[in-house]
Amino acid sequence: MTIPVAPLSTAELEERLDEYLDPVLSSRRTAGGLAAALAEFGRSQQEFVLQWVGIIAKTNAELAFQFAAQAPEGLRLMLPDDLESWIIQAMDTYDRMGLYPASAVFHDSATYAVRARTRDSSVTFDDVSGILEIFVRGLSGRALKLQPGEEIYTDTGTLFLPASLARLPNKEGNFRLYKAMAAHQWAQTWYGTFRADLSEVLAGFPDQEKATQLFHALETVRLDACLAADLPGLHRDMQELQNTLGQPAYPDAWNGQLQALRTPGASVQNTIDALRALYGAAIPPPLCYQGTLQAGRAEQVTAQRAAREKDQFRAALARLLDSKEKHAEPAAEPEDESKSRTERLRVERTPDPDRPGRWRYEITIDGRPVAPPKDVRSTMDSIVQDLGDIPDDYLVAAGDGGYQQDGGEKNPDDVWKGTYHEEGAFLYNEWDYRRQHYRKHWCVLREVDVHPLDDGFVSRTRVKYAASIASLRKSFEALRGDERLLKRQKNGDNIDFDAVVEAYADMRHGMEMSERVLTKLRKLERNIAVMFMVDMSGSTKGWINDAEREALVLLCEALEVLGDRYAIYGFSGITRKRCELYRVKRFDEPYSDMVRSRIAGIKPEDYTRMGVTIRHLTHLLSQVEARTKLLITLSDGKPDDYDGYRGDYGIEDTRQALIEAKRDGIHPFCITIDTEARDYLPHMYGAVNWALIDDVRRLPLKVSEIYRRLTT
Amino acid sequence: MDAHAVSTKEYQVKTEPYYEPQGDEIALFEAAYRNQIPVLLKGPTGCGKTRFMEHMAWRLGRPLVTVSCHDDLTASDLVGRYLITSAETAWVDGPLAHAVRIGAICYLDEIVEARKDTTVVIHPLADDRRVLPVEKTGELLEASPEFCLAISYNPGYQSVLKDLKQSTRQRFIAMEFDYPAPELEQRIIVRESGIGLGIAEKLVKFAGMTRNLKGNGLDEGASTRLLVHAAKLMVTGIDPRRACRGAIAEALTDDAEMLAAIIELSASLF
Repeated sequence: MTIPVAPLSTAELEERLDEYLDPVLSSRRTAGGLAAALAEFGRSQQEFVLQWVGIIAKTNAELAFQFAAQAPEGLRLMLPDDLESWIIQAMDTYDRMGLYPASAVFHDSATYAVRARTRDSSVTFDDVSGILEIFVRGLSGRALKLQPGEEIYTDTGTLFLPASLARLPNKEGNFRLYKAMAAHQWAQTWYGTFRADLSEVLAGFPDQEKATQLFHALETVRLDACLAADLPGLHRDMQELQNTLGQPAYPDAWNGQLQALRTPGASVQNTIDALRALYGAAIPPPLCYQGTLQAGRAEQVTAQRAAREKDQFRAALARLLDSKEKHAEPAAEPEDESKSRTERLRVERTPDPDRPGRWRYEITIDGRPVAPPKDVRSTMDSIVQDLGDIPDDYLVAAGDGGYQQDGGEKNPDDVWKGTYHEEGAFLYNEWDYRRQHYRKHWCVLREVDVHPLDDGFVSRTRVKYAASIASLRKSFEALRGDERLLKRQKNGDNIDFDAVVEAYADMRHGMEMSERVLTKLRKLERNIAVMFMVDMSGSTKGWINDAEREALVLLCEALEVLGDRYAIYGFSGITRKRCELYRVKRFDEPYSDMVRSRIAGIKPEDYTRMGVTIRHLTHLLSQVEARTKLLITLSDGKPDDYDGYRGDYGIEDTRQALIEAKRDGIHPFCITIDTEARDYLPHMYGAVNWALIDDVRRLPLKVSEIYRRLTT
Repeated sequence: MDAHAVSTKEYQVKTEPYYEPQGDEIALFEAAYRNQIPVLLKGPTGCGKTRFMEHMAWRLGRPLVTVSCHDDLTASDLVGRYLITSAETAWVDGPLAHAVRIGAICYLDEIVEARKDTTVVIHPLADDRRVLPVEKTGELLEASPEFCLAISYNPGYQSVLKDLKQSTRQRFIAMEFDYPAPELEQRIIVRESGIGLGIAEKLVKFAGMTRNLKGNGLDEGASTRLLVHAAKLMVTGIDPRRACRGAIAEALTDDAEMLAAIIELSASLF
């Protein structure tokens, strides 16, 4: 029997809350009210709230205040598990969007409680987005993004779906509803809902809003008919949803118009005609998967894409012409200017035998067909998907320099020059041990190249360690996978005569003859891929950095002998939004002069945020095929970053990242020179997976030695 | 001397294997054969390379020796080895040596999978020398004009380890295979499985959907072979969705999300 613990009094509660919330309290805003409200609850509930107030206050004191204010309501509405996920949701929201939306989550405890109760049946966007994204891509057409949104509509580039669905009593049903919503939006992009100038058409009606709704209702009829013809199974699912969630009710007077919309080959023009005929009629209630139609936004996105694709297409035509001219012998007669490059181009349109009712496009130059490269083909497909055809003004090859527009990779450095954005970066979660949850997409990591440096560092090192390198090479050579002749095998390439003679003698003596009389040549292959993760934090400045670079030179020399695949990345960064990974050598890169000068170019940078680096390198390493995968860290201290990534927080996140790596079949190992490493490395890497080198000068030789020991 | 002689007849293709030409590949192969030039077939798995070889062997009236290469296949697996019989050793030809002796068509399927030393024995056979040195017996087998070497390889694998060396590929006439055009593919499914044209059409559409996913999480879309499998299951009375799942979706991927999406795609058609 547990002894009931007395609840805390208002005064005690206030004292504790004051401690956490101090920064946001003032003479006019005290914790008194909060404490009074909490005083009614039992001790365990009070402690629960206080604990979380403490945790949240570490992130943001104001948010903690909001939580404390809403906690009594939450306690009344939810069970402890649900409470916790409510809090985590708010903190995730804070991470993503900031204080105001996060407070809104706390204020909205009622909604959250309802959602918690329907959790067994509800489905969230995160549950389904992965599957649906593949699904939509499989259906064909251009790649569409999926995003959660308040409104359910498509702008022809992104499908917006609700953040969660609980309209049906089970998960399966709600997934079907998600699927139907996505399919309906996909159908809009595929069957040409936006091929007409919708905004203009709709603006012609007195009540534009009403016209839009009616148009959408009618267009849905047309799209459903298209789906019924092309994807009967999907159509059946959508029908079932209608049976459960409400059938469309169209007046009898509409029959003629609906018939026209359902005729195969009906286009958006038919829908517009129907709209004109039926405008004024009452709008039928929207179907469960219909969402809304945002003609303006769709047209905006389409226009942007069209402009971009027009450029791409014309640039591609120019490239095609260029390559044609390069290969062709000098033209027999320089034709007059009027028959310019443009006139030689044609896009031939022939009915596609494989897809009745559609066209097949072929580019011809001077009447001869050319096979467009793959990217051009997908551009053409996308143009046709938007416009239904390739208009004549697209058939003008871009002039000189025209195709540099928007081309090429973005320079990662540019990101920091303008306002911050995450395009082209890798986003990784980070483990917050206090919350016992991941902070989603918390770290922004970019790969950049180490600036190569030709200062003779590598050759100096090679001279300095010439003797050591020679002996290292020798000892590594001994490790190299060799062919070995296996004797007395059941299967093999050749006869093991010793065994045969023996077996024969055995047989003569009346004993059973051995089957193992063959030899087999087997190559013992080392199938190892190793990733070196080198600390480039500011604290390595000076001789540690020198030792690291020397160690890398020696390692490379040794590994080249061994033939193991290896990659080297340096890491550093400042704050979660600027984690940087410096490429020194990728797996598929040879140990070239370039790599050597990059090793020389490794220099101390900023801080050490290890978790995100490990996660990214794990990702890279898991793409390599090898029996044994190693992730070796060279470090000089604890994980440490500017924005609170230190102490237990950094250590726990690093540990979590290493656990994830192990789950992917990667063996992490750490070589450190931090004499205090005993205190935290075993916790992070495990009892045996680390080595401490107490004398920095010995680092270069030790690293290779440790590597040899590790892999034999 | 042959301890394990396989008669030429066993390799003869007796009845005409069903094959729908995709283009001029039959004429090209015949021309290569007449000129004694070896042939390299490129293309994704299950698009009809092996069937094409069977068909050509039948057409040319030559025995066909097929070797499916695997990563432990060595040169001596192809050329031959000594075996021990009662108190003596006997030489047994490997499939390649046998094919050379009987003037057959030797088809090495997925050649890049085999050990690197196999290319050494192929090279002298694949140029104008047309000989197979049998190191262990000291023989030099000369190929008769009827002999033909064909290899296949799938360029879709993006592994550096599984690439064909230039010195090998430049000995062959290369023929590219791809999945047949939709109408042709439907005809093949109908013919191979006996299923109705309507279902075959849906299957081809479904295959198209999975091929849209190539490079976006799938290494390869559904092959014609898988479609035939699915169709056969359906003819036997299996529910179409179940058949697509078993024959196609599960065969393509193990990734749970991808699998779920592919199953949804098949469900949207049937």
